[in-house]
Amino acid sequence: MIYAIVQTAIILSTALFIFSLHWMKDPKTARRGVFAGIAAMTVAIISTMVDPKIINWDYISLAIVLGFVVGIPLSKVPLTAVPQRTALSHAFGGLAAGLVGTAKYYLWLSEGVEQLTTFRMVAIIVEIILGYLTFTGSLMAAGKLQEVKWIPQRPVTYKGQNFINLSLLGIAIVGGLLLVISPAEYSYLFPGIIVLALLFGILLIIPIGGADMPTVISLLNAYAGLAAVAMGFVLDNKLLVTAGALDGSSGLILSLIMCRAMNRSFTNVLFGGFGQVQAAAEGAENRSAKTETAEGAAEILQQASKVVIIPGYGMAVAQAQYRIRELYDLLTKAGVEVQFAIHPVAGRMPGHMNVLLAEAKIPYEQLVEMDDINSDMPQVDVVIVVGANDVVNPAARHDKSSPIYGMPIIDADKAKMCFAIKRSMNPGFAGIENELYFAEHTFMLFGDAKAVIGELVKQLSGAAEK
Amino acid sequence: MVFRKIFYTTSAVLLTYGSAFAESKEVATPDYFGLFFVFILASFIGLGVITRVSRLLHTPLMSLTNAISAIAVVGSIILTGHDYPTYITILGGIALFASMTNIVSGFLITDRMLKMFKSKETKKS
Repeated sequence: MIYAIVQTAIILSTALFIFSLHWMKDPKTARRGVFAGIAAMTVAIISTMVDPKIINWDYISLAIVLGFVVGIPLSKVPLTAVPQRTALSHAFGGLAAGLVGTAKYYLWLSEGVEQLTTFRMVAIIVEIILGYLTFTGSLMAAGKLQEVKWIPQRPVTYKGQNFINLSLLGIAIVGGLLLVISPAEYSYLFPGIIVLALLFGILLIIPIGGADMPTVISLLNAYAGLAAVAMGFVLDNKLLVTAGALDGSSGLILSLIMCRAMNRSFTNVLFGGFGQVQAAAEGAENRSAKTETAEGAAEILQQASKVVIIPGYGMAVAQAQYRIRELYDLLTKAGVEVQFAIHPVAGRMPGHMNVLLAEAKIPYEQLVEMDDINSDMPQVDVVIVVGANDVVNPAARHDKSSPIYGMPIIDADKAKMCFAIKRSMNPGFAGIENELYFAEHTFMLFGDAKAVIGELVKQLSGAAEK
Repeated sequence: MVFRKIFYTTSAVLLTYGSAFAESKEVATPDYFGLFFVFILASFIGLGVITRVSRLLHTPLMSLTNAISAIAVVGSIILTGHDYPTYITILGGIALFASMTNIVSGFLITDRMLKMFKSKETKKS
């Protein structure tokens, strides 16, 4: 009887999880998705707890209370810190998978080797390798995003890096195979595999720079999901397999979108090429860019009828989204059509810019995908580039020697006029000169994004009063 | 032709493998194929559903799937709760803590972000 109820609960919970993701298709229904997710989770937890064999309630309640104590503050981080929070939660997911795999192995080993069937052993090895490498890899990624001091921000590369990484993984897999063949005889290898997986996770993330973070976070998401699937195989639990597969496919799709948006293949992102620091300033001829003052820019903006703002990571760093909102309000009130062009890899994780602009209460209808806005670009009067760089570099279209050649970009150069807000002429993260800044109709507005846009707002509102 | 041959050989191997298990069993054999079946179907559903998710919502999507995959909490509860040796209970407890953190922070922050996505109409009303 209990069995039937529990199984029904699992089916209900699975259906709710699928609906939860289904409702994410539209911002209007998305919140319903969260409630469906919470309901599914509650059903799953309760149906697990009715098991009469569960007796250690003290440990369970302690862990759950601690989970709330840590989880609630983690959900209140500022939205600019969302990428590192996400990375951190991938780390927790990986850790949970790794620990459950470890515990199950030693439990079955102590209960009798015949429990460690080949199937279980394979699943356990996959689970711990994926779990632990996701754990340290995500911690490293979170550290890089949070700019923790003792983690190098710049990509660290050295000779034979891929070889070392792959041989580490290879050794771990060989050890795993030995354990599969004879789970008890080689039991001393088990901790070794854990250490190798932990190490591999760190080494995998070391060569990665900030611009590649969206891809890496998506990839770690997929790993965390697959680790959960492996856990489902270990525990013979269909619900875990389903939820893990949903998470894994989400990570996979996001990684693919990110790869496509950077014109990189999956293998290229996985091995090498990853955030390579290009020798900066190739052919650094001293071309000069034209500058413009806030007054002049404000005047031009008032004459415009269609303005497109292209945000990048610089907007997040400068926390300029609220000032952009003021600019948006002023221009809209003056009858100017303002849209935002979002490049898939702008920021540090998929969809980062959308969340920041939504936080500043910009209606989401105004946020337009790169592919949808590029054809309109020639009709745009003014483009304002705020802290974006590589994603608007026209070199990606025609300069075959450029490291970003072939990457889809937002055609800011095709607009009638372009303002680029930038701190200085230093090349951006990838160390590539941006042709856009030297184009005939581009004018630079030097300074901190927040301050410059604040100045624009002041000029515009001053003009409105006159 | 080759494919059919491979198919038959693999099926034969798998069958013998499976029946060998069935005979030598003191351990209850889980339904491995059933699990794979579920995995494949769930992956296809996942791919179908996720490709339709609005691009605006990719950040909340990631935190939501993160909370969903924290369903690992189920495994952790079993490990922590049963009458196992203390070290197993502790490993399970840490895993339970990690999953619970993901559930709580994942759902809360997803909802917090989604609340911010306002359309033009809702703003006026």
